[in-house]
Amino acid sequence: MNNFPILSSVIFLPLLGCFVILFIRENNKNLQNNIKFAALITSIGTFVLSILLWIAFDPNFEEYQFVEKKQWIDGFNFYYHIGIDGISLFMILLCTFLTPLCILSSWNNIQKKIKEYMIAFLVLETLMIGMFSCIDLLLFYIFFESILIPMFLIIGIWGGERKIYASFKFFLYTLLGSVLMLLAVIFLYQITGTMNIEEIQSYSISKKVQYILWLAFFASFAVKIPMWPFHTWLPDAHVEAPTAGSVILAGVLLKIGGYGFIRLSLGIFPIASMFYAPLIFILSLIAIIYTSFIALAQKDIKKLIAYSSVAHMGFVTIGIFIVNQNSLEGAMIQMLSHGVVSAALFLCVGIIYDRMHTREIAFYNGLINKMPIYAFFLMIFTLASIGLPGTSGFVGEFLILLGTFKISPIIALFAASGIVLSAVYMLYLYKRIIFGIISNSKLKELFDLDIREMTILIPLTIVILWMGIYPNSFLKPMQIPLKKIINKYEIANNL
Amino acid sequence: MTININFLLIPEIVLILGIIAILLISVFINKNSFKFSLYSSLILLIITSFLVLLNYQDSFINNNKLFITNLFIINFKILIIISSILVLLIMENYFQDLKINKFEIPILILFSVFGMLVMISSNNLMSMYLGIEIQSLSLYILASINRKSLKSSEAGLKYFILGALSSAFLLYGCSLIYGFTGSLNFEDIYQKMSVFNNLNIGLIFGLIFVITSLGFKISAVPFHMWAPDVYEGSPTPITAFFTTAPKIAGIALLIRFLFEPFGNFWFDWHQIIIFISIASMILGAFAAIVQDNFKRLLAYSSIGHIGYILIGVVSANDSGIKAIFIYLVIYIFMNFGIFAILLSLKNDNGYIEKISNLSGLGKSNPIVSIVLTIMLFSMAGIPPLAGFFGKFYIFIAAIESKLFVLAIIGVLSSVIAAFYYLRIIKVIYFEENKENLEITLNPNTKFVIYLSALFIILFIFFQSKILELSNFVSYNIIN
Repeated sequence: MNNFPILSSVIFLPLLGCFVILFIRENNKNLQNNIKFAALITSIGTFVLSILLWIAFDPNFEEYQFVEKKQWIDGFNFYYHIGIDGISLFMILLCTFLTPLCILSSWNNIQKKIKEYMIAFLVLETLMIGMFSCIDLLLFYIFFESILIPMFLIIGIWGGERKIYASFKFFLYTLLGSVLMLLAVIFLYQITGTMNIEEIQSYSISKKVQYILWLAFFASFAVKIPMWPFHTWLPDAHVEAPTAGSVILAGVLLKIGGYGFIRLSLGIFPIASMFYAPLIFILSLIAIIYTSFIALAQKDIKKLIAYSSVAHMGFVTIGIFIVNQNSLEGAMIQMLSHGVVSAALFLCVGIIYDRMHTREIAFYNGLINKMPIYAFFLMIFTLASIGLPGTSGFVGEFLILLGTFKISPIIALFAASGIVLSAVYMLYLYKRIIFGIISNSKLKELFDLDIREMTILIPLTIVILWMGIYPNSFLKPMQIPLKKIINKYEIANNL
Repeated sequence: MTININFLLIPEIVLILGIIAILLISVFINKNSFKFSLYSSLILLIITSFLVLLNYQDSFINNNKLFITNLFIINFKILIIISSILVLLIMENYFQDLKINKFEIPILILFSVFGMLVMISSNNLMSMYLGIEIQSLSLYILASINRKSLKSSEAGLKYFILGALSSAFLLYGCSLIYGFTGSLNFEDIYQKMSVFNNLNIGLIFGLIFVITSLGFKISAVPFHMWAPDVYEGSPTPITAFFTTAPKIAGIALLIRFLFEPFGNFWFDWHQIIIFISIASMILGAFAAIVQDNFKRLLAYSSIGHIGYILIGVVSANDSGIKAIFIYLVIYIFMNFGIFAILLSLKNDNGYIEKISNLSGLGKSNPIVSIVLTIMLFSMAGIPPLAGFFGKFYIFIAAIESKLFVLAIIGVLSSVIAAFYYLRIIKVIYFEENKENLEITLNPNTKFVIYLSALFIILFIFFQSKILELSNFVSYNIIN
């Protein structure tokens, strides 16, 4: 069992599912169902495997685990080198957890090109898991940028009215950010002679070089996460993407930025990270306050949640660049929590969109009369998004603020105002669509959640409460790798 | 001595004798002469490639010869032959449908291949000129082979006039170099110039004129003006040929010319190449955005690709030459994949040329449209497809030589270029079907399409093999 490449199996199982699906013909309704079941089974299988990964994971072990290393390109020091630590473990779990829910949520609302849709999602899953488990920087980059292809197609083919604009904006924005990172990666390879992230981290890079290369990495991750002036692709992409696309986009793709900041920006360029930290704080605070106000003014539910994502990610970037144990743990939990909560919110929007085919806030009111169960779930997710104690959102924001307060009370003060603002826009949204009496006659035909939709929402609720009530099961494994990064940061900056 | 020379030139000699034989036989066949000359040309090319490979381990470097061969030259010859084989494979249906199935077409392609082989193995300014002229004259005729079409005739004429001008530049440059060094032989020129600290004005002019002419052959900016018109006007298979084989030959000769006689004067020529490279990348990226004709777009895209390849030339290091070779291998397959698909799509008005005609391809033929999408993503340089690695190795070379600005301009223009490739994908998938597209895949075309698709997808797994080959390529040039 020890030699079984379990991590590779997690990565490539969805791809295997793609091959199976490729050979199922989609002539009639039954065969289309076969495709959906094949995709669902593959993704659930991947999830089970990744749970095994979690069980077998040893939280006290200091190095990467489940490491696999093979020479990939002769003549260059490029390896197929994968392995996970506590940081990547939960990112992988997030991917494998959300993908089956995505497939389940698109069971009925995707009508055309079902085969291609399922293949795109499974390929996307493979690429995301692969990206989070890379130790080789080139491999990381390849997975990182490959994600653009399926995501572009998902938005472009199955998206809404302005899908072309949104998909192009998404693709070009992200590509522009990441090509600069490519050059930085090549440059790192030139000066260190290796692509191994660990070895590069232990190599001391001169100050001046760090300052420049950090910016290249920043360009890429700041677009991905997204930070304030680079966020404009996100609302468009979210609004136009199909529900499942939004879920993956908010749930996992945004986390790539945060993951990159922790693993690469902090890990490889500690001096530059310290130098540029004030820039990050300013941008993040602007993001938290400015986008919260923008969210308040939105007419489209998805757009509102999209802007709230930018605000929540502002917390994450502050937490990352404060660099102490509390704030980094908080940033990680905030990312995981946001991954689950925003996914849940988008799925909730998807549920009423499937029924009414509009996302306009003004269209809905009094849903509680027709959909009480729906109102219950949406309440939990809304409160989690605000950060009510007992839900996952609280743990992350609390830890981040705790860590920030130690360094700079002023930043903490401004950041904390974001929590209040998020309560304003989220509760206002909830009030408008759920409470009151139904005045729109079209809404009279609404029916409550069916079994499929409940199966989607229940696991999300469980995870949100679990993370809120007993966060230790998530915090424990990530403590050691985070500590390593902090130590290195402190030594490099003589703190 | 004579035996040695003969052995060195055996592939070329066999090729030219074979061409003459095919020509003679074809004249006397009344029916199906096109098919005969097509398939016998294919066989002849395969035989030639074996003969080229026979010389693989030997390297005949004899300073006073008109021709030399080494591993660099052999590998580039194989690339040229592969791309001509691919073009012969995809052309049959097109010419038969347009009723210009003349047996001369494959023969002219063979003649130009012969010219290219001569050109890149030349070790002397005269044989170099000779080779260039043999290939160009055949290409002029090929461009205007569709006599009934006004555009095709125009393309041929334009190509001929500008080509003749560039040949004049080449001759003038050669004569200047000869005048100032007193030798035509590459090695001798190198020896004679190695005593100079700086190039004198005559040699600089000679260098510039030769670069101009070769820049014309590879359609690098600012010598690219002919390319879009000629590519649009020529019959599509001929365009496919134009975008690959002559460019490979031109690049190979450019590398040899710059590294062999002018190897010591990197400082003098690198600025010129840097300018050409930047201009090509930027123009290739921007000008293609507004094109609606697929062939015109590919013309600009190939200009852009040449820009990237020139980064490898400027890098002037081992990895630069390797990267060029890898880039060209990938480029051949991407290009022929796209052209093979283009050559199998027809609507009511004949073969499609406009991008907007592709709308709804995703619905009518899912597999072909997936393949085309993969090709386009690869052209845009998105991993994990082959096109990414082509650019990746080029950038490695550039950063190794500390050409940071060039590399940054390169990646930025690749983002702009991604836009127009995406635009085609948009038309294929995101738009509704307007006209009916008819897809006729004959076995040869199918073979080319699937071969290039597999190559592009699986390149990530077997690239070590191609890197190994590229080690041999750079060996002769850098040492």
